[in-house]
Amino acid sequence: MSLISCENLCLAYDDKEVISNLSFQVNRGDMLCIVGENGSGKTTLIKGLLGLISPVRGSITMGDGLKQKEIGYMPQQTVAQKDFPASVFEIVISGCLASRGIKPFYGRKEKNLAIENIKKLGIEELKNRCYHELSGGQQQRVLLARALCATKTILLLDEPVAALDPVATDELYHVIEDLNKKENITVIMVSHDIKCSIGHSTHVLHLQEEGTFFGTVSEYKHSSQAKRFLGGCCNHD
Amino acid sequence: MIDMIVEMMSYPFMVRAVVVGVLVSLCAALLGVSLVLKRYSMIGDGLSHVGFGAMAVATAFNFAPLAFSIPVVILAAFLLLRISESSKIKGDSAIAVISTGALALGVITVSLTTGMNTDVSSYMFGSILSMTDGDVVLSVVLCLCVLVLFIFFYTKIFAVTFDESFAKATGTKTGIYNSLIALLTAVTVVLGMRMMGALLISALIIFPALTSMSLCKTFKSVTICSVILSLVCFLIGVTASYGLNTPTGATVVAANIMALAVFKLVSLLKIRLFRNRI
Repeated sequence: MSLISCENLCLAYDDKEVISNLSFQVNRGDMLCIVGENGSGKTTLIKGLLGLISPVRGSITMGDGLKQKEIGYMPQQTVAQKDFPASVFEIVISGCLASRGIKPFYGRKEKNLAIENIKKLGIEELKNRCYHELSGGQQQRVLLARALCATKTILLLDEPVAALDPVATDELYHVIEDLNKKENITVIMVSHDIKCSIGHSTHVLHLQEEGTFFGTVSEYKHSSQAKRFLGGCCNHD
Repeated sequence: MIDMIVEMMSYPFMVRAVVVGVLVSLCAALLGVSLVLKRYSMIGDGLSHVGFGAMAVATAFNFAPLAFSIPVVILAAFLLLRISESSKIKGDSAIAVISTGALALGVITVSLTTGMNTDVSSYMFGSILSMTDGDVVLSVVLCLCVLVLFIFFYTKIFAVTFDESFAKATGTKTGIYNSLIALLTAVTVVLGMRMMGALLISALIIFPALTSMSLCKTFKSVTICSVILSLVCFLIGVTASYGLNTPTGATVVAANIMALAVFKLVSLLKIRLFRNRI
């Protein structure tokens, strides 16, 4: 059974329907890249998947024992976070909050999980550093580690490489790909950086007002949507 | 110096003022950490103006000042929160609209009824004489609520302050925490403003957090440092105002400014030293 399957999904933002009749599935181990122009409903779809807005029509079904609260979400950075006084450890462990329920303090289990994920992303030596002293790429790793604390199965990344330089972008893609391949974590990634991100993905969801595309990467490269979006310069290998 | 403090504490009104002031500073510092980091610094300022308007109306119509102004300010706090969440009007303009609106209403009420007198001046700039036993009880209750919130829901407060969308996505009811913080801020502002002054009370919310942020690097240390700073600055301010015969609110703010200056200086020196070592 699919981890997430959307059937004829319609989502509205400010009473305006931005996503209509969308159907797609995400299976365990997939790496789905969601692309589309500004205003095509990417952010609305994320909110829908996270259960922050309810569908107008259609349905989002979680399968394979996945609960909506167990999606490891990595939002875009806000301006306020840029100078936020918090240590890396404080931020990463806040990802364990969902599993705590109403218990007020973190226990040994949460601390170990946070350390484990910090190690997984290779930011061990930054553990006690202040978040706003880190580089953009390091900050994204911290947020990724936090997202991993909230999930064992699926990550939902919103523009993970926005505002990163090419080197940091490349590194982050490798980290995400590693998580996908080695840890068997399913990844849904919203990205503007389409050429690079489809190189790392297995499936593509291209949101468009007319003619949304969903399929594998190789199908996508031959589609009419891709031609317009990639400007005809994509390599067909 | 010690004689002066003993003499100061021999007046019952001073004892009340110090107790209320200490408790209110503590609450303001804790709430301020979250508000400043969420870029809601001006909410305290806006609410104090609403508080002024409400006090003026209450005095004119002979309502009990606290019983009338606390609900009004709480209402304004929720309104501000709703507006900045829906983001149709930007948060800062919303605060300006509501605060100047309330201030205008207050000034009109005052001029139509009692006229500009010492009462009005003490609302604006605060008066140490205005604290009653009721204020003491209320500030103890408020302080307990704020402490419970920050000790038992510390992890949630951190998550909501650092990243609201992530907290929401992982199932934290961010709305409840935002409302709680708004509600407690409203009560803190109303309680503190008669002593500190409507124009000065927001300093208690903003300064301690801002000052500790210039040196502390973790959320926990910022929170703890803000509380200590806020208490120290209040006590220095109150003692100085007694000794120098200056208005309490303004003197406490002056103490806070000095603390900010010292912290900024130390952080600059730290950067210099660090550079030299490399």
